[in-house]
Amino acid sequence: MLAKRIIPCLDVKDGRVVKGTRFVNLRDAGDPAEVAALYDQQGADELVFLDITASFERREILLGAVRRTAEMAFTPLTVGGGVRTVEDIRALLLAGADKVSLNTSAVERPELITEAAMRFGSQCIVLAIDAKRVSDSFEFQVSSPELGDGGGVDLSKNPEPGTRNSELRWEVYTYGGRTPAGLDAVQWAKRGEVLGAGEILLTSMDKDGTKDGYDLALTRTVTDAVGIPVIASGGAGTLDHLYEAFVLGGADAALAASIFHFREWTVQDAKAFLRRRSVPVRE
Amino acid sequence: MIAIIDSGIANLRSVQKGLERVGADAKIVEDSSTLRDASGIVLPGVGAFRDGITKLRDGGFVEPLLHAIDAGKPVLGICLGLHFLFSESEEFGHHKGLNVIKGRVVRFPEAVLSPSGGSSAARLKIPHMGWNQIRIERPAPIFKGIPDGGFFYFVHSYYVQPEDEGVIAATTEYGLRFTSVLWRDNLFACQFHPEKSQGLGLQLLKNFASLT
Repeated sequence: MLAKRIIPCLDVKDGRVVKGTRFVNLRDAGDPAEVAALYDQQGADELVFLDITASFERREILLGAVRRTAEMAFTPLTVGGGVRTVEDIRALLLAGADKVSLNTSAVERPELITEAAMRFGSQCIVLAIDAKRVSDSFEFQVSSPELGDGGGVDLSKNPEPGTRNSELRWEVYTYGGRTPAGLDAVQWAKRGEVLGAGEILLTSMDKDGTKDGYDLALTRTVTDAVGIPVIASGGAGTLDHLYEAFVLGGADAALAASIFHFREWTVQDAKAFLRRRSVPVRE
Repeated sequence: MIAIIDSGIANLRSVQKGLERVGADAKIVEDSSTLRDASGIVLPGVGAFRDGITKLRDGGFVEPLLHAIDAGKPVLGICLGLHFLFSESEEFGHHKGLNVIKGRVVRFPEAVLSPSGGSSAARLKIPHMGWNQIRIERPAPIFKGIPDGGFFYFVHSYYVQPEDEGVIAATTEYGLRFTSVLWRDNLFACQFHPEKSQGLGLQLLKNFASLT
């Protein structure tokens, strides 16, 4: 049986792993290669490495860190952050990445997804989407009792009381969550699949770093909308949250950073917890 | 020396690193004549069938590889390297393979009958990506120390259908049951990536290296 994946995420700035809240207030969490080796030993199913370095030297710093990290890990490594061209992707794959995630560059030039998928295969092109709830629709759904019980929407798929998937909307943000892109996140995920992405890395900006759980409505809406695997990201604070992402959100994989970086739980703890609740995970 | 064939696009370092970790001497080879001196050959592959098979042909690898297989030299195909061995692939049109194994490479169906029964079809996510279990059908030497039901890392949209079921060494369930390891004499090939499958993957590479 295909196992649900637990993916520790390494946000890397200037060659160091960092973790912040809602993309700011960054704290140091170690050397990328050492952190990768630790997670590999713990049985992480994959690793994601997101570069948030802003400097001009970032490309060389990143390639060096990817090389060192890839040497330490015998598990798939996805690298993203500032990837703009097919040549950037090639350089990362040669440095040891197995997959590359595209975010801002794909929004600005969607053909990049297709060009990259044609050249390297869909399996190594991950579309990263940073999504934020659109507040007016959020308010709108609270005051719409005329729709009755769910308004025809299956509420069992919508774990948050008082919300209805059909009325929730999420907007895509680029440039590390700073710039609204004017795209609907669910539509963008569907388009990304058509363009050739092999996987969606779906981050809730509202939840990222808060440790109060994934945006399950977002996760469920996107997993229902696309036929490629979806990685839930943003908000994991407890092992229950991982369970919810899989069972309520329908995610294929759950990404987490804080809960592992600061040694609250190991990957083994997470898997033991999930296994007891009948979620299929790798031994 | 185990030769890792450079098919041009794949990340070959991870395969080399895996073999090195288990104590094998592995080299990435761009020159097809070096296959003669190798004690074993790894045929890796990531990417698209047509590009990969074209690179193998253009690189002059086909004849020496077929000769090595006929001569009984240990050969390990990985992922697309498994697909290359077959007669033909339907990936983006029809393309001829090496025809070492009679059969076809086909795409996973978009939907399969729901496992809960009934007539409703469940959507199958493609690519098949992640960790899945193998069911050992025949005790091949590369399975030494690997349990039935062990997990390996897969990422693929196409799978192989050998005409002769006697070559199947392990199968995996994803919507349907497909061949995940093939074994005939000293020819081995797996659909998953042992170099990305942590401990069990390294064990499989070690088993292969011990045959060379």
